[in-house]
Amino acid sequence: MKTTMKLMATSCLTLTASMAFADGHMVNEMTIVSWGGAYSNSQQKAYHDPYMENTGVNIINDESSAEAVAKLRAMNEAGNVTWDVVDVVASDAIRLCDEGLAMEIDHDEMLAAGDDGSTASEDFGDLLVSDCFIPQIVYSTTVGYRTDLVGDTPPTDICAIFDTDAYPGKRSLEKRPINNMEWALLCDGVAKDEVYDVLETEEGQTQAFAKLDTIKDDVIWWTAGADTPQLLADGEVVMGSTYNGRLFSLIEEQDQPVAMLWDAQVFDLDGWIIPAGLPEERKARALDYVKFATDTQRLADQSKYIAYGPARASSAPLVGQHADLGIEMAPHMPTDPENAKNTFLYNYEWWADYRDDLDAKFQAWLSK
Amino acid sequence: MTEVLAADGRPLKASLNRALRRQKLRALALIAPLLIFILVSFVMPIADMLFRSVENDIVSDTLPRTVEALDAWDSASGETPDEAVFQALYTDMALATEYKSHTRLGSRLNYELTGVSSLFRKTGRRVKRFDTDVYADAFRDASPAYADAAQWAEWMDDDALRDALPRTADAYDGWAKMIVEVDNDVPAEEEPWDFVYTALYNDVMTGAEPPVAVDLSGVEPVSLREQFVEIDKDWLDPNVWQTIKIYSPKYTNGYFLNSVDLQKGPDGAEARPESERIYVVLFIRTMIMSLSIMGMCVLLGYPIAWLLANLPDRTSNLLMILVLLPFWTSLLVRTSAWKVLLQQQGVINDTLVWIGLVADGDRLQLINNQTGTIIAMTHILLPFMILPLYSVMKTIPPSYLRAAKSLGATDWTAFWRVYFPQSVPGIGAGCILVFILSIGYYITPELVGGTKGVFISNRIAYHISFSLNWGLAAALGSILLAVVLILYWVYDRIVGIDNVKLGG
Repeated sequence: MKTTMKLMATSCLTLTASMAFADGHMVNEMTIVSWGGAYSNSQQKAYHDPYMENTGVNIINDESSAEAVAKLRAMNEAGNVTWDVVDVVASDAIRLCDEGLAMEIDHDEMLAAGDDGSTASEDFGDLLVSDCFIPQIVYSTTVGYRTDLVGDTPPTDICAIFDTDAYPGKRSLEKRPINNMEWALLCDGVAKDEVYDVLETEEGQTQAFAKLDTIKDDVIWWTAGADTPQLLADGEVVMGSTYNGRLFSLIEEQDQPVAMLWDAQVFDLDGWIIPAGLPEERKARALDYVKFATDTQRLADQSKYIAYGPARASSAPLVGQHADLGIEMAPHMPTDPENAKNTFLYNYEWWADYRDDLDAKFQAWLSK
Repeated sequence: MTEVLAADGRPLKASLNRALRRQKLRALALIAPLLIFILVSFVMPIADMLFRSVENDIVSDTLPRTVEALDAWDSASGETPDEAVFQALYTDMALATEYKSHTRLGSRLNYELTGVSSLFRKTGRRVKRFDTDVYADAFRDASPAYADAAQWAEWMDDDALRDALPRTADAYDGWAKMIVEVDNDVPAEEEPWDFVYTALYNDVMTGAEPPVAVDLSGVEPVSLREQFVEIDKDWLDPNVWQTIKIYSPKYTNGYFLNSVDLQKGPDGAEARPESERIYVVLFIRTMIMSLSIMGMCVLLGYPIAWLLANLPDRTSNLLMILVLLPFWTSLLVRTSAWKVLLQQQGVINDTLVWIGLVADGDRLQLINNQTGTIIAMTHILLPFMILPLYSVMKTIPPSYLRAAKSLGATDWTAFWRVYFPQSVPGIGAGCILVFILSIGYYITPELVGGTKGVFISNRIAYHISFSLNWGLAAALGSILLAVVLILYWVYDRIVGIDNVKLGG
């Protein structure tokens, strides 16, 4: 009798336990998509490792962020989305949101409040550029130059790119209109707050292309983030644009004779999205993860491993030293006041409209 | 004439045919697994992808009422459509916003007209906050029946009433479908939204009898046109409407026109502005460069294949390994190696400067242009030329050459009149392989091609992964496929496909 009771009790317990597990709302394995390389490493150390330790969840990494938009669309059409959380740049997040491929986020409801007591939406502020986007880092596209090839007067402003007399030699620019068109107009005398108004007009676009024409033969166009650092290291170019984190590792980790020109750096954002239409228990796990991974401390932790600024205002005071090099990271952040004296704000909404049109014109211009 | 009969009394011909048919069926059954596999995993996905180049149901699916209302609008008039179209747009947009399909349509139409993307996004955010709530309030104030969800459901079940109130019935149906599909609720338990009341108001204003008498004389009419214009004055732009109208059919040739630098205008195809023409140039460039790469491969591959076929086994095996070694190396590694070799501070330029052939300030530009693409791709595709050449040359008996010479031919005549004609099938096979592989190549041109050394496939890749304009990518891909098939056909007519040998 006792045994039977015991048995019944155990099976009851197992039953409830397994039921609790079944509707314990969360799966125990998730796939996180990111960019690979040093960036994924920083996420692994700052977010994945502590999260796996806290929860016992198994995280599978997929380095497909560069093709995330196309792949998510294909998965969505096939009705089999295998990703749980995806790291994308803000413009891709807007695109995914427009296409209905990313889930809309209620930031205050779903994300952790700031350590300083602010709500998530106050803490992220203007960086919430899309309803689907959970900001993670601020990075910037800026210019690096070879200190040994620029003579005695190192460049101090962005227009050095267009000054082939003072700084002869090749320069590398990204093979797309974004950033290049803005810099061209800035250096052609257009005021910073009028750039997009001018670029909206046919004449403005002609003006920008005319300015780019002056250096067209001196430009090597890059497509991968690693190109400019390689070209700088080989002395192929005297200066070139790339992401600030790449330049940081070139200068501080690889000790190359390169310096950074923070002038007119273009801020951009990178962050998470959660694919639309995930089953409930996977969605719950994904939300639990991003809530953890984007809290104040975690965002500050990431900057120990890579020179990108945390997206939360409340994380800034917590930015410390580089984990291996032991140098203070704050002065290397694009958001540091010393670096951010003259910054350019990338207009997402504007580019979402004009990207297709200007890209066609840019490609036509390149092939002439 | 009597028919020849087989042993079983049937005509011999029929009997023979039957036996053959059985054999054929057996053969078909044997290859069936492979055939089905290829169909399912290769042919069907490609066909599906290519079909996107004409598919265009997104406009009429998302804005069905607007598309219908626009039928009556004359796009040549240069005027904004009338209130009726805006009413249809209101219902469509209110529903599309719930389905979240308005932004998708926005990015689709943005390929054709810059600015539509944000217009739709902006409108979607505000379409639920139109001033049309005054209509809903007026009806509800007039009779509580209008606020009763069950009553609404009952009305909308009544065919006579539906006929009397066509707009209302249509808007209610759309709304009810959305409530079920998006919110998972029951329409009979939910009060209709403002746009349904707006449709009812419009029905009543055009003389229909409402289900319960209501006095609407005190209600200030809301101009939907003004509501939309308040969000964005682009709704007054006839171009926006023209684009919607032009792209409303379920199938479009728009993508194909785009891929040959044309565009759809109100009166059919028209040329794109000079500053946006890229694809024709790219197609021609892809062809010319692929032909040059093919030519380079023949020039470089022929002597090597000859050596391989004629040297003693021991040496030729070693050479063979040298040919195959790069074949086994990762494509990216080989391309990156070319970067190191060809760049201005690279190995080749350094050597030339060291020898004194080139001045230090005047280093050769060997990469990030067409030269770079041709050099790197010739290297990468060379084995595809050498291997078929080699296997054909291997079968040419050396005694023929000796015979020619013993009959008095010079070395050149013996080669050109006796050896070369026999190696033509190998050249044919190599050329087809190299050419077809190279026109579809995209990694290498992307890495070493700079601006002028990129192929059409680079644009296809861009539209697949970045701009998400899959329709255009499919159209470009279809054209590329058609060009290859045509060239193959031409080749067959000139050289004859039977003269192509991969070996033996």
